[in-house]
Order: sequence, then structure tokens, then C-alpha cells
Amino acid sequence: MSAFDRLNARLGRETLPLLAFAVFVFAAFSLATPLFLTGRNLSSMAFQMPVLGLLTLAMMVPILSGGLNLAIIFQANLSGLTLAWVLIQFGGPEAGVGAFLLGCLAAIAVGATSGALMGAVVAYVGAHPILVSLAMMIFLRGLGEFLTRGGDISGFPEFLGVIGHGNVMGIPVPLLVFGLAALVWHIMLTRTRHGFSVYMIGSNIEASEYSGLHTKRTLMLIYTISGIICAVAGILMLTRFNSVRVGHGEALLLVTVLACFLGGVDPFGGFGRVLPVVLALVILQMLSSGLNLIGANQHLSTAVWGLFLIAVMALRWLGGRLRYGTGRD
Amino acid sequence: MTPDDAPFALRLSNVSKTFGGLKALDAVDFAVRAGEVHCLAGENGCGKSTLIKIVTGVYTADPGAHIELFGQARDGITPSEARELGIAVIWQDLALFPHMTVAENIAFDGMVGNLPRLLSRGAARAEAQAMLDRLGVRLDLDTRLNTLPIAQRQLVAIARALMGAARLVFMDEPTASLTQSETDGLLKVVQTLSEQGVSVVFVSHRLAEVLEISTSVTVIRDGKLVGVYPTEGLTQARLGELMTGAILSSEVTAQDRSGAAPVLQVENLTRVGEFQDISLTIRRGEVVGLTGLIGAGRTELAHTLIGMTQPDAGHMTLNGQPLRPRNIRAAIAAGIAYVSEDRLSLGLIQPQSIADNTAISVLDRLLNGLGLIASSRKDRLVRTWIDQLSVKIGHPDDPVSTLSGGNQQRVVLSKWLATEPKLIILDSPTVGVDVGARAGIFRIVRRLADEGLAILLISDEVSEVLTNADRVLHMESGRLVNEIDPHATTVEELEAQVYA
Repeated sequence: MSAFDRLNARLGRETLPLLAFAVFVFAAFSLATPLFLTGRNLSSMAFQMPVLGLLTLAMMVPILSGGLNLAIIFQANLSGLTLAWVLIQFGGPEAGVGAFLLGCLAAIAVGATSGALMGAVVAYVGAHPILVSLAMMIFLRGLGEFLTRGGDISGFPEFLGVIGHGNVMGIPVPLLVFGLAALVWHIMLTRTRHGFSVYMIGSNIEASEYSGLHTKRTLMLIYTISGIICAVAGILMLTRFNSVRVGHGEALLLVTVLACFLGGVDPFGGFGRVLPVVLALVILQMLSSGLNLIGANQHLSTAVWGLFLIAVMALRWLGGRLRYGTGRD
Repeated sequence: MTPDDAPFALRLSNVSKTFGGLKALDAVDFAVRAGEVHCLAGENGCGKSTLIKIVTGVYTADPGAHIELFGQARDGITPSEARELGIAVIWQDLALFPHMTVAENIAFDGMVGNLPRLLSRGAARAEAQAMLDRLGVRLDLDTRLNTLPIAQRQLVAIARALMGAARLVFMDEPTASLTQSETDGLLKVVQTLSEQGVSVVFVSHRLAEVLEISTSVTVIRDGKLVGVYPTEGLTQARLGELMTGAILSSEVTAQDRSGAAPVLQVENLTRVGEFQDISLTIRRGEVVGLTGLIGAGRTELAHTLIGMTQPDAGHMTLNGQPLRPRNIRAAIAAGIAYVSEDRLSLGLIQPQSIADNTAISVLDRLLNGLGLIASSRKDRLVRTWIDQLSVKIGHPDDPVSTLSGGNQQRVVLSKWLATEPKLIILDSPTVGVDVGARAGIFRIVRRLADEGLAILLISDEVSEVLTNADRVLHMESGRLVNEIDPHATTVEELEAQVYA
């Protein structure tokens, strides 16, 4: 095995092509417009990507297990709403750090509970995750719109800006949060019993049960953890926009699915890694920011995303044919 | 039986096929007469499927081959030409539509043919019914396929393959997932076809049925022709030797273990509607065979022993301790392992790696101080078992589906032996496993028993149980009806009893 093959096996075979593509996109936009390779643009991308990134992590593990979580956006919204409510109870703009921490705990509790509820129905009732999470999505949206009367909630303490817009050692805080979450996800999926079970269940839940894995408990945990990371995304959204509105970020739902598939996650479950998904997110962010900078219409960037997914699928098909073109028996 | 002077339906000579430098077929000759049931025998990977794919136009043979179909010499053949000439293949995976009805499945090709014609439900049903009548099979045309047992799906696949006026039919292991009585039904259909002048090429690992159904056998080993033999005068042992190139033993290996300490004791175990009043003992080092028809309650009993279902009455002990597992995890913890009859969908997680499939049931033992899976421990575990059971693999990270049946079964055994069980239940462990590899599996089983493991061997292949178990229990309609001493009973006697 050559050094290249070893590296490829270690990173997963999706990683290097995506890395090459990321470098290509980066170079192309840097040449196309002087505005791209500027501190200002890089920092703006670094602040924009993390919310989508966290939501993608929330989507990824349910997909790996052969399911889907359509409720992520509204889980994030409701969690943000919970934090907002706690802050307002403690005086809105005058609320202290203690109130914020308490609010975060409450927000995470809301995300975890809504996730656990979906997990329980998926695991013990055996309903399809698409139906269950669709029901949860509609329920949460209705509940949120009822509570907020469809409006914005704002008026939060100023120190929240440190999280939403601040830097630590030159690195945007949201990016740090996302980086940390991605690392935790990577370790969870590659090194823990839970992660192992996620992949096995994604390929064949019945055989997993016959092998002695806790399939039901694993499903519960998958959706609970997905809810928790949605809550973190919700908290981050609140600090970045300094407001909460139910429906905020709705357009991101399908983008998270797109990012998972671009990152090589198997739509039928069982296979996928964190690193290529992160690379896919970086590429999507560069395409969107870069097209914006060269003055392209915003809708065009969505179209380019779609084309990008089609191109990636075509390349994978081609790659697969080259690798497995011949075989015996 | 067809006369030896019937015209050839298919005549191939000097067929070779090379894949990237690897010779899958090396100058093989193969001929089938009209109306003949011809068996193509050989171990997995010997080139049988490649040969079938050449005849059906999926692959093109290397230059130099001579192909003659129905008396006409041909340069090559495309899949659509093969279909037009009346060559049909029934693959192992059936390729049916689970959500469509029996009639729709059978008439499918006619309904979506090259020339679109109006879908006529009535005509489709009539054609499907006519085909089933021709095969002498009774099936409800409106049943959805996924509600049928696998044996009946097989019949639907055959009916469908024959719709295009087939004259030469290939059946690739049609009986791999069938019980003995279902197999008998299928063999009858093959006989009927042959009488109607259709040539059938039959591929099977079960040598008994090969000898029963075919008039001649072509044996291939490692891509080379071993020879063509008339079935008359051929024995299972001889055929096995021809296929593997090794001498296989079919001697009874039973030993008396009645002095050993009991491991599993079951008293009056009952689960309403599945089995009643089951009492049995399995001792240290003992292989107890359990045979009977499907539906006799064998697998159901196993499911209760491993906690997948709960008994309604009765008592179980393992090494003297009361046993009442609430789920399979409790059974594993108590020291019971279960090798499922359905290796493809329950025994292994096919798309995942050999390493993960080996480690899946003992993850707890691979954790380091931080509670994370230590890859060094995992690698060591996997390597140990691959060596112990001599599993032939490429790389531990390859999908387990890339292995042959016999090697897959060794991975299943590895996975369960890693849990250090006291009792292992083997439910039909040789389904879809080569003749040569079967002997290997049973050598392992005997070795494990000698090391003190208690083994329950469930199988509906009477000869297999009789040769490899120390005692054989016969189960019928949910009850144990007889205990058989393998030294005092012949295969024929036990078969007569079981299939009475």
C-alpha cells in the first residue's frame, strides 16, 4: 500500500477529492475577485458557516442511522425562544451572565426533550423517522408561532455579542464552537460504542439487535443528541442576530441534507464521516460568499449548489466505475 | 430422462474469460442437450456464474471461444438476443417486485415490452395463470409478493423467467433458502419443465438434490473443467471430491458425553402456538442435533433460549443457574450465543467491515480508560479470531459481503466465540456454504465441543445432523418426538421419519 493509499484509507476516500475541490474553489474565487481573499470576507464566512455547520451535525447522525431529522430548524428556534424567555424574565437587556447560563441549560433541555420524544417514537413505536420528525417539526412550529404570535423577540444583554460576533485569539467564537462540536462528533462516531452502534443500525437494525447492540436505546440517544446540538445552534443564532423568530433559518433545512450528501454520507445510512462533511460545508460557504462577491444574483448561488451536488454524484459514479469496473462472479 | 441423441441446446467449447489478468475461466467446454436437466457443480468462485453470464450475454468470452446455441454457431451474444432465443436465468436474489402482485410479477416483461401495448389486466392475469398451470403450481394471483414465503417467491421467479417462451433455463442455487419439503416441490417443477422439452441448468450446493434431479453433471474447479459425468453411478462423496479436489469424510463423529456436567437444562418449556413441553439437556462438550421440518418450532425454541421471546411455562437453567433472559443481551451475558439461520440479514451486517462484524458483540471489552474504543485492542481481537478460525480475507476493513459463504460463517462464529459462550446455538449453519467449506465449519464445531463448549445444532439437512451431532432430537409440530443415536440410525431411516 502506498503512502497515498494509507492516507486515503485513514481519512476516508471522500476527503481528498473534496479537499482538492475546496482548494480549487478557493483559488478560483481568489483570482476572480480581489474581494475574496481579504480578512473581511474570510471572517464573514467564518461567522456565517457555524450555524449551518451545527445544524448539519444535527442532521448527520440521524441520516447515518438510516433516518432523518426534519425538525432541526424548529428545535433550534424553540430552544432559542426558551433562552430568550429566561433572559426576559431576568430583565431583558439587564440580564446577567448567570441568567444567560441558566437560559442555555433550559434551551438545551428543550432541544434534548424534543429529540428524546422523537427518538422514543422511532425506537419503540417503530414509526418512520421522516414521519415522526415531520410531526415534531409541525408541532414545534405551531407552538412557537402561537407563543410569539409570529413576531420577533429581541432586547437582549449586550455581552451576548461576545459570543455572536467576538474573537478569541483571532478566531471567531462561533467557529470555535463549531470546531469543538465537530471534534466531539468525530470522536463520538469513530471511538465510542454509541457511534459504532449508529453505523451498524444504519446498515441493518435487525442484525444489530441480534448481535446484542442496544438498538432502541441508541435510537433514543441519536435523536436526543441531535436535539442538543440544535439547541446550541439556536443559542448561537440568538447571539448572532440578537433576536429570535420562529422560522428563522428555515431555508437551511435542506442545505444541511445537501451538505451531508456532498460530504459522502450514504443516504441509506451506515456510512459517512465528519471530516468530509465539514469540507463540504466549507465549499458551500465559499461558493455562496464568492458568487455574492462577484456580483452574482443570490438565487444563482442556490442553483450552483444544486449543480455542485449533481456534479459530485456524477464524479462518484465515474470513480466507482473506474474502481469496480471489472469483477469476477 | 432425455435420450443421449437429443440435439444440443447449447454447446460451448474453449471458453475463457480473463478479468484484469485473472483467469476466471480457462478453456472450459460445456454442453446441454434439449430437455435435459444438467447440473453445473463447483465451489464458490470456481467460475460457474461467469460461465452463466457468458451464455446470457452479460460478459463476452475471450477470443477463441466457440459458441453454438440451438444448433447455430454464433460469434457472440447480447443479453437481448439471449432473451429472444429463449434463454432465461433465475438468479439467487430473484429480482422480483415485492410490492406487486403475483400476476403482475409473472406478466411483468409482457407488460413493459419493447412495443408498448395497452396494459390489460385481464390478459396479464390469464397469461400468468396459464404459466402457473403449466408448472403445476397453485398460487393466488392477487397476493402481494412480499407476503409470500420465499419458496413461493422462487416459483413466481421461475414462472416469470419462463414467460418469454424459454427453452434453456439457468437456476442459480434455487434451493439455498428452501426447506426440504419446499425443495421437493421445486424439483418437481424442474422435472415438469424437462418433460416439456425445456433444458434446465441447475446450480446447487446441495449434492443430494443435484444427484436426484439431473441426468449429467459438469464439474468446474478453479476455472477449469474437471469433467462431465452421468449422474447415474455418482455418489455425494465422489461429487464432493470432484468439486473440491479433496477427500471428504461423511463418517459419523458422535461420541458419548452422558458423563459430562449438564450446561443447559430445559424442563417443560412451552410457548403457546410455537412449542410445547420441551425438555432437553446439553452437556459440556456435547453436540446435540435438532432436526425437523420448518414450522416444527426449532427456530422458535432457539429464540426463546436467547431471550428474543418469552416462554409461557417451563424452566431453564444454565450451569445450574436459573435462566430467564429478558432480551438477547441478557442471554449473551449469561453465556449463550446464537448463530442465526439467516446469515444474510440477521447474522452479519453485510455492508460493514469484517473487523466491525467481529467486534460487534464484545465492544465493552475493547474500551480504554476513557471509555473509548481502543483500536489496538480491536485489531488484536480481530486478528486473533481470523487466525483461530482460519478466515480467508483480504483486509479486515473490507465489507463482510465480499467473503464467500463459508468464510462469512466463520466470521459469525468468530463474533460469537469472542463473547466466550458456554452454549452456542447453530441454526442451519451451512445454508449457502460450499461443500468443502461445510466440512471446515464442522471441523471447527467439533473442536469447540472438544474444548468444552455445549452446542445445539439445528438443521433440516438430516445427513448433516446425523454425521456431526452426538445425539439427535427430532422435533415435530412443536414437540420433541424422538431421540436418535447416530451410530444406530442411517440417514435414510431418519429422513423417512422426519419427512413422513
